[in-house]
Amino acid sequence: MTAVYKHRLFWPIVSLITLIAINAIARPQFIKITMRDGELYGPLISILRESAPLMLVALGMTIVIATRGIDLSVGATMAVSGAVALTIIDGSGDPGNLGTVLTACVVALLVSLVLGAWNGFLVSVVGIQPIIATLVLMLAGRGVALLITGGFITTVNSEPFAFIASGYLVALPFAFLIGVVAIVVMSLVERRTALGVLTEAVGINPEASRLAGVRSRSIIWGAYMVSGVLAGVAGLIYASNIRAADANAAGVFIELYAILAVVLGGTSLNGGKFSIAGTVVGVLIIQTLESSILFLGVSSAQSPVFFGFVVALVVVVQSPRMREGLAALSGRMRSRGPGARNDDKVEVA
Amino acid sequence: MKKRFLTSMALTGAAAFALTACSSDGGDAGSSGDASGDGGSSGDTIVVGFAQTGSESGWRSANTESMKTAFSEENGFELIFNAADNDTAAQIEAVRGFISQGVDAIVIAPIVEDGWDDVLQEAADADIPVILEDRTVSASDDLYAAWIGLDFEQEGVKAGEWAAEMYGGEETKMVVLEGTTGSAPANDRATGFDAAIEGTMIEKIDSQTGDFTRDGGKSVMEGFIQNYGVDNIDLVYAHNDDMALGAIEAIKAAGAVPGEDIKIISIDAVHDGMQALVDGEINYIVECNPLLGDLVAAAVSAVVNGEEVEAVQYVEDLAFDQAAAEAALPDRKY
Repeated sequence: MTAVYKHRLFWPIVSLITLIAINAIARPQFIKITMRDGELYGPLISILRESAPLMLVALGMTIVIATRGIDLSVGATMAVSGAVALTIIDGSGDPGNLGTVLTACVVALLVSLVLGAWNGFLVSVVGIQPIIATLVLMLAGRGVALLITGGFITTVNSEPFAFIASGYLVALPFAFLIGVVAIVVMSLVERRTALGVLTEAVGINPEASRLAGVRSRSIIWGAYMVSGVLAGVAGLIYASNIRAADANAAGVFIELYAILAVVLGGTSLNGGKFSIAGTVVGVLIIQTLESSILFLGVSSAQSPVFFGFVVALVVVVQSPRMREGLAALSGRMRSRGPGARNDDKVEVA
Repeated sequence: MKKRFLTSMALTGAAAFALTACSSDGGDAGSSGDASGDGGSSGDTIVVGFAQTGSESGWRSANTESMKTAFSEENGFELIFNAADNDTAAQIEAVRGFISQGVDAIVIAPIVEDGWDDVLQEAADADIPVILEDRTVSASDDLYAAWIGLDFEQEGVKAGEWAAEMYGGEETKMVVLEGTTGSAPANDRATGFDAAIEGTMIEKIDSQTGDFTRDGGKSVMEGFIQNYGVDNIDLVYAHNDDMALGAIEAIKAAGAVPGEDIKIISIDAVHDGMQALVDGEINYIVECNPLLGDLVAAAVSAVVNGEEVEAVQYVEDLAFDQAAAEAALPDRKY
């Protein structure tokens, strides 16, 4: 029991379950899932589907943060990716053609890869601080996206493209499955090979790991490229969801939500140890919170305050000092028993 | 939320603009201030500096286009155009640039209401008349000659009156997709609509912000549908077309027919919205007319020639149902 309690994902998961429980008590249909034409529907399914873009961006952000970096340009990359894809589909004579859509998506992802590589180059080769290096693209990227779409919102009617965000595969939303694939691939690559350990080593001490023979430059560069591509996929999902490339609104503030998700999941902004599972839970907390605002009928003017308050609460509950306090409290309660001890160091999130 | 981070780009742009403008126009800009006096070779060309907000939406692009057409050389104007990419500081700098060039008149579409007192005073000291377009400022109204724009509240009233007439007689459950919280169009369109439907059987069951974006409209509408059930919503009032287009996607995804099972009323009349109206997915659109150019140009001519102009001028907004949209769509400029 203590092991469960002390696990670093314990509090994030408790927060998530509490949020869902509050919603379910306020309006029981929140946890209702119905089957319609072999497809699952319901608020919880919607949360899974709508969390896909943030999930992808946050996964990339996790790896970048693990290298002691940060990627502020993900929102702008989303906007560029959507703009590129839709401009290609719109410009082709046959928007409904699967080949056209695939080509457009591949080109958009290649452009995203290039943007990620640019960030990685500035950080790992030129040695600019990550927050400044990625700020360049954050500022310029949306302008590039606007140039591509000519300042307009490009709209397309393309069934294959709409499928990315609205389609279903084996009863589950396709966008959610994209997120799952990303999670699985990331987990396998980072945790089943030495890459994860090397990434953490670079994040904890780049110089020491370089001297120890870790190719820290390639690892950092690679992290930004992964982040760029994942943001590109997120941009495609965003554009597909509204069947339009909205360069002004795509991914606005998503970099901040992604950082929040990473931190909620217990990864430190100081780099080093990271938790993919933690990020997944962090993303689900944020998305559930967004749905709660609608579900509990919080008025628009108050919703930012509500959001901020809940996030503050979750962060405080998860803080090491608070946890130590809680552990000490529960230890004191059980201190009559012979086996009670409360001096275990709580792992720092 | 709409605030974007193009600060550095905008500043560089504004700086570059100011430099080139100074170097190329410096010579005749000095004379153009009293050009009417000397009766110079340029005849009575009016040099106008126009500080636009940026190019954030289809509406804005159409607005810019309309201004450029109205202030054409054939109409006797020379237009110096600046788009500030929604950066207030850059916009104020652009206006200062116009003043130092000594243009004959300045037109501003202010990004925000506040912070204009100083620069407007500088323009007044330089005897350059200022005309505001679209949005307004909080500065004293003797610092500018006229304001030409739209009556957002009247747009809400028009939409509300149609709703009251069509659906007011039976029990109608309505949800609202609000614009960006605190923005003038969102506030006024809500106020106007609410006033118009008062006393009818239309009941507003929920209202949330969709931030004027398609994505916002779609996710908020999805929330409404899950919360109340698709059968318990009869009417959607969206503060702009983009949110209505997002809501259409959400309604379709829930297996209902937009425009039939759930009626939609919207404001803006951009091309995509009008197309949806023609297709029967939106039921009624009140226009938010971006074609302010001609009125602004007329006001500028009058002010420069020393004539009195009306201090507040509203542009007439049309409203469209399906038949009207079908007739109007082929000729729409935006």
